Amino acid sequence: MSTTEGTLHAGAIAVPPVPPRDGDPEVTAELVADHGLSGEEYERIRRIMGRAPTFTELGVFSAMWSEHCGYKNSRRLLRLLPTEAPWVIQGPGENAGVIDIGDGYALAFKIESHNHPSAVEPYQGAATGVGGILRDIFTMGARPIAVLDSLRFGDLDSGRVRYLFAGVVSGVGDYGNCVGIPNIGGEVAFDRGYEGNPIVNAMCLGLMKREELITASASGAGSPLMAVGARTGRDGIHGATFASEELSEDSDEASRPQVQVGDPFTEKLLLEASLELIASGAITGIQDMGAAGITSSASEMAGRGGSGVEIDTARVPVREPGMTPYEILLSESQERMLVVAEKGKEDEVRRILEKWELEAAVIGHVTEDGRFRVLEHGVVVADIPALPLTQGCPTYEREGVESEHVRSLREKDLAEHLSPEGDLGDRFLRLLGSPNIASKRWIYGQYDTTVRSSTAVRPGGDAGVVRIRGTRRAVAATTDCNGRFVYLEPRRGAHIAVAEAARNLVCAGALPTAITNNLNFGNPLKPHIYYQFREAVLGMAEACQAFETPVTGGNVSFYNETDGRAIYPTPVIGMVGVVEDIDHITSHAFRNEGDAIVLLGANDAEMGGSEYLYVTAGLVAGRPPSVDLMAERSLQQAVLGMIHEGLLRSAHDCSDGGLAATLAEAALGDGESPWGIEVALDDDLPPVGVLFAETQGRIVVSCDPDHAGAVLRIAEIHEVPARVIGTVGRPGGDLNLRLTRGFVSVPAARAAEAYFQAIPSIMDAPATAGA
Amino acid sequence: MSSHRIEIRVKPRPGLLNPEGKAIHHALVSLGWTGVEDVRVGKVMYLDLDAPSPEAAVEAVEAMCRKLLANPVTEDYEVSVVGEAEVVG
Amino acid sequence: MRVAVVTFPGSNCDYDLYKAVQLVGGEPTFVWHRDRQLAGYDAVMLPGGFSYGDYLRAGAIARMSPIMDDVVAFAHRGGPVLGICNGFQILCEAGLLPGALVRNASLRFESKDVHIRVERADTLFTSDYDHGRVLRIPIAHGEGNYEAGEATLEQLEGDGRVAFRYVSADGEVTEAANPNGSWHNIAGIVNDRGNVLGMMPHPERATEAILGSTDGLGLFTSMLRSLAPAAA
Repeated sequence: MSTTEGTLHAGAIAVPPVPPRDGDPEVTAELVADHGLSGEEYERIRRIMGRAPTFTELGVFSAMWSEHCGYKNSRRLLRLLPTEAPWVIQGPGENAGVIDIGDGYALAFKIESHNHPSAVEPYQGAATGVGGILRDIFTMGARPIAVLDSLRFGDLDSGRVRYLFAGVVSGVGDYGNCVGIPNIGGEVAFDRGYEGNPIVNAMCLGLMKREELITASASGAGSPLMAVGARTGRDGIHGATFASEELSEDSDEASRPQVQVGDPFTEKLLLEASLELIASGAITGIQDMGAAGITSSASEMAGRGGSGVEIDTARVPVREPGMTPYEILLSESQERMLVVAEKGKEDEVRRILEKWELEAAVIGHVTEDGRFRVLEHGVVVADIPALPLTQGCPTYEREGVESEHVRSLREKDLAEHLSPEGDLGDRFLRLLGSPNIASKRWIYGQYDTTVRSSTAVRPGGDAGVVRIRGTRRAVAATTDCNGRFVYLEPRRGAHIAVAEAARNLVCAGALPTAITNNLNFGNPLKPHIYYQFREAVLGMAEACQAFETPVTGGNVSFYNETDGRAIYPTPVIGMVGVVEDIDHITSHAFRNEGDAIVLLGANDAEMGGSEYLYVTAGLVAGRPPSVDLMAERSLQQAVLGMIHEGLLRSAHDCSDGGLAATLAEAALGDGESPWGIEVALDDDLPPVGVLFAETQGRIVVSCDPDHAGAVLRIAEIHEVPARVIGTVGRPGGDLNLRLTRGFVSVPAARAAEAYFQAIPSIMDAPATAGA
Repeated sequence: MSSHRIEIRVKPRPGLLNPEGKAIHHALVSLGWTGVEDVRVGKVMYLDLDAPSPEAAVEAVEAMCRKLLANPVTEDYEVSVVGEAEVVG
Repeated sequence: MRVAVVTFPGSNCDYDLYKAVQLVGGEPTFVWHRDRQLAGYDAVMLPGGFSYGDYLRAGAIARMSPIMDDVVAFAHRGGPVLGICNGFQILCEAGLLPGALVRNASLRFESKDVHIRVERADTLFTSDYDHGRVLRIPIAHGEGNYEAGEATLEQLEGDGRVAFRYVSADGEVTEAANPNGSWHNIAGIVNDRGNVLGMMPHPERATEAILGSTDGLGLFTSMLRSLAPAAA
């Protein structure tokens, strides 16, 4: 282990001493440890300050140097990710990444986690997670146009898990519905690996004209700093540090005062007011008071602007009397923004905020001295050099060693599972009824998916698609990660996550363009977790390079552990793509009786990490399927070529549940008119492998039979294996799959019942236990 | 055993934001009730319960509050006996 | 057709409504709820969303907005007023339409496409539809369960003031087709003069093929046609 020794604090400037504030505790070694800072880090703070920090200053450092704000255990590896491309306007480091999507438009997008808050209070935790990601987008000057949610829970047979799942879904829904942003997709997985520590990641896309981009920096000495929106309360104090610790059994009790309550109505007003403020030219910077509240927003804006800030906590509107500077600086009350007004334009700012019925107060101003200075009624309580505070957090490279247990799971022989006793049709239905494969309509039926009247592809398919009014273009987005694969072999699992995301986008007719990632892992101080993290980041970097999809930002969530047990490593890929012409928008569902069904890519019998093993044997083991990144890329190009030629009626990525699930999903569509299918597969493989292996690099498309020849020719040009495997049957017919060594036949109605009723039958059953 | 009518007042925890109360407060002030300092919205529930004594009834209902009726993270509760339950024919 | 699209704090379908009016050739203008200017408009539309967060009761606080006095006066003069989703809730709270919209029977927000049947094709809002036509239109609401007293319901049915009803794809009034528990599968009603329509489904979200349905267009073209002579 080594620490960086940057030059930021070299030659620390002598700092005027700040006397301790009455009533504040004395800074002791124990207090330092309680703030999650190591002895070494504390020494570094002393060097930066040239003296011991006050209690308030300690709180400020602790928040800014937490994992959440300082990325201390991840920053070095994250540098390996490709972040540049000609279409990237804003890479990592801002509130959100921004890319050029053509016709003068830019897309801001980002994903963020709210795992820990959701584990304690699922409804508010998820709701405030959505609120935070929306603010990250509209503070860039972009209007939010879509959200997606990527969720993981334990198995639904636990009452506590059902409570968490129901609460998170209604929290995500209520918040986005109220603000009026359509939910266009996402994913959910259920696996005992997430019991007790759910994953709640929310992604948002925002649209703006290229010239509307604004960045969060404070410049112009004397410019007033304004706190806008909700008042500051005691909620969420030390949320940033909290997000950087493991949960334990008594977390519910101990964490209670930290719960933040979301107010989507105020958020909607903030959204409109912020966009109006940015358009008015009356402000020079704006930032969400998110994790670590005023502290991070003010110091980061000062750090980016190369300036300083001075704030008087007595001028911050508070919800409760008697709040100390420490509490005001670290509060994570929601729906608050920090705005830097153009000097002399305060009244214009006030007029706009008054229109939107929002409170605003001048709490300080921009300075030239590079310091983050905090006063209380004019008395200095904190005085810290801004740059070392925001940029000087030590970063670490840890020791990474693979767990022996995981290695043995990966090397497990799965041969017995390839030739089971019993009926294949029953297994097929069981798989369709597994909550991981089954329709997620129970979830997105609670989300407004059509508000803004621009949703071209709603949730339930491979990727959500939103059209851009006034152009022929649309944007597509997806979130993907199979945590089991990453657990069993992190590097390969990361390849698969990126490849699957890209496949999902091309199936919708979009060119994969850029990525935001949410790296959900356990405690990085444990060598086997750090190993997972390092390998996954390396794998992600390789795949992003292969697909030319740079990473423009994201979020790291460590310490996802309960009682020492970590979640599966889950690096969620949020990928966006551009649809050049709305005529290219393609859906996953079959559309016409008699259409040819074409399989692109080759089958194999790779059962490792499959849903089939989990459902039939409760097993998470084996080597995840292999990935050939160059072949994936050819496959994507071939499918886009077919779509551009107008040849395809549908395209569906082959992933969880294998080819059988893919065909069933395409046949069942949204459930209104399930099609029968007649498919014959002549692979010389065990039936279980052909049907249920989650072999990568496959897409199932359908087309007019007269176009099948053209489809096969395009595949050949791109050197993608392709063959016609069957035809779409009549509505309400049977799903017939003929194999060299077996035959599966299931009536579409039975498949539909298994697929659409699985989650409702669990969640809507009477007497669901409470918390 | 006799049947007791229990009133449960579920209140937002002090210090936590109460968005609903905030919006109602705003509306009241704009309608001219300027003296209103704060509004917080909770719930009242009525429950009829068979129990050997009022104390036992309260004890049982408090357990229900902890388990289900109140969200211990965001809400407090008060339980009181408001009389005998009405006999339903 | 000059249309005032009223924006309340928390409205979120105002833009969609604006675009739908524009699409059929109308002239929409956003009117902020504190700007009391409805003179010179041929119609007023109250959009969907969550005015004041739907706190207290959906529409209850927005109903107190300054502009609502003007909307009520506009309606009493016979001016056409259309309220969609939250707009319907506000119209009920304001007394321009009878009854109330309470929580969905499922106790959940319901977002999906539904089928509704045109029960009245002789209003200024529905004249471009054929009587009995089944429309496919999205809903997205948590409180869309229409409730009214027995006498009111009898009067509504007796006077033929139910404009739209939730039905199955083939036009049958069934319990399964009712997404929120509304009495008599009511999806939209008009006032006794026929110049105020409130409905829960969102016709403005079903106006272009790319959105999956164009069945909502008729509402806007009906209004345009009905109001064109007056505007000329």
